[in-house]
Amino acid sequence: MIKGNTKANRTAKWLVSGPPLLFLLVFFVAPSLIMLFTSLRLPGEFGGLAPIAAPAEAVHGEYGLTLETYQFFFSDILYAEIFLKSFAVAAASTLICLIMAYPLALLIARSEKRFRNLMVLLVVLPFASNFLIRIYAWMIILGPESVFSHFINAFLGAFGIAPVTLLFSPFAVLVGMVYVHLPFMVLPLYTNLEKHDPALLDAAQDLGANAWQRFWRVTWPLSLPGVFSGAALVFIPVLGMFAVPDILGGTGDILIGNLIKDQFLGTRDWPFGSTLSIMLTLAVLAITGLAAWFARPATIAER
Amino acid sequence: MRRSNIWLWSAAALAYAFLYIPLIIVVVYSFNDSKLNAEWVGFTLSWYVALFNNQEMLTAARNSLTIAVSASFCATILGTMAGLAIHRYKLKFLPVLVFTPVAMPEILLGVALLLFFLQVLNLTLGMISIIIAHTTFCIGFVAIIVRARLQGMDESIFEAARDLGASPWQTFRLITLPLIMPAVVAGALMSFTLSIDDFVITFFTKGVGEPILPIQIYTMIKVAVTPEVNAISTLLMLLTLTMIIIAAKLDSGVLRREAK
Repeated sequence: MIKGNTKANRTAKWLVSGPPLLFLLVFFVAPSLIMLFTSLRLPGEFGGLAPIAAPAEAVHGEYGLTLETYQFFFSDILYAEIFLKSFAVAAASTLICLIMAYPLALLIARSEKRFRNLMVLLVVLPFASNFLIRIYAWMIILGPESVFSHFINAFLGAFGIAPVTLLFSPFAVLVGMVYVHLPFMVLPLYTNLEKHDPALLDAAQDLGANAWQRFWRVTWPLSLPGVFSGAALVFIPVLGMFAVPDILGGTGDILIGNLIKDQFLGTRDWPFGSTLSIMLTLAVLAITGLAAWFARPATIAER
Repeated sequence: MRRSNIWLWSAAALAYAFLYIPLIIVVVYSFNDSKLNAEWVGFTLSWYVALFNNQEMLTAARNSLTIAVSASFCATILGTMAGLAIHRYKLKFLPVLVFTPVAMPEILLGVALLLFFLQVLNLTLGMISIIIAHTTFCIGFVAIIVRARLQGMDESIFEAARDLGASPWQTFRLITLPLIMPAVVAGALMSFTLSIDDFVITFFTKGVGEPILPIQIYTMIKVAVTPEVNAISTLLMLLTLTMIIIAAKLDSGVLRREAK
């Protein structure tokens, strides 16, 4: 750390931190406040916003602000249902990602050191291809004429089950969500598992623990911080995702993200769109807080 | 021990297959002589030819390149400053501002910027609004990479420079910058790929006029799927792959740091 409070140092400090601070105040903090402010207004007759009424004639509070859109949000069970459904999809995606990612992360962590970086790179590479392309790939695989669809339906047919449509279904949405977010789960898990001391497992074995006990009593509890940060990294983006349901889902599969998108690019109800965004922000903050809180005791135990 | 290894290997092989098979399918069908992504008919390059004759797609590619170059340029400068500032000055407020846009769902930043551009700046949405939006979320990624590099460094180098009478600017230009350069370049390449691939934030901050690559791809996927999408996908994969490999070569920790 460079010491001293000389004038040159203080100038340097503001020269370095000033520009990014200013940029983000203008293009991140201000827009977020505008979104909050917009959620407290009323939609205009032709989309956008109604003009702010002068305080004297304002019907909705002193500054023309109102909680009406929030009341609207809570008055219709439909919105609560979509929020709940989004949480359910996010939870299911997180769980499937965890089940798929854990063995992979464990294998990488237990591989020889010289192979580890390559194995991690192989997890990250597909994630570097365009996001839409990764979703589109599943359109091909799950499409009605695809080899996979024919195979599944032949299999179901053998048991006398009617053919199913895979694309444009909740199943397709889940597959897409898992596919797009899997690396987010592998990386924090691997970072955690890599740090485990192999001597712990040897000790457990010497004390008579079988393979399952060694995993469940030693590896798993120690990996919980990795599990929770991976879970947060999957859960949060899934919660706000609109492209996956938009492309792979049917009309009944819309989630919070689609609802928000429609308010801005469909019905043009900005205040309600902002209200939904604020509710999503609150949900994200709650999840982040929960993940941090859950990860805590295990982090202390790890030391 | 060996039995659990076999189990691990097969689970991991399945996960790798799950990651790669879809992309391989996209690439393979880009060479398929059929309008449908269903049956292998024969080898053709006609989808690539069609792509290079698609004027709108070419304009979109050019626009996206312009946006990616401009946004990564701005984000690299601001992000490097942010990374330096966060590492050196233990600021409380700046890290929150820099890392939150990276951590939150993209749609929220998209919506907030859309409202801001239209209500406050009265800006006509287009290239400029997209460049600003991309810069906003790329700053965090550059800062993460630069800060990670600084964290691995011996602070006494900088102190030695100061003790020998270097001004803060000289210390930066002669010592700090050359040392963090690999991270700065890696951050620039990372921003470039993030920008050229970004769909969600672009979707909200785009105007009606200029065609942009991810938006064109989205429209093709939604409206009329032809293997032309596969062809553009394959080319984009090649581009991003090159960028990522260069970035990883320059700064070996870049891929893992990005996830943190």
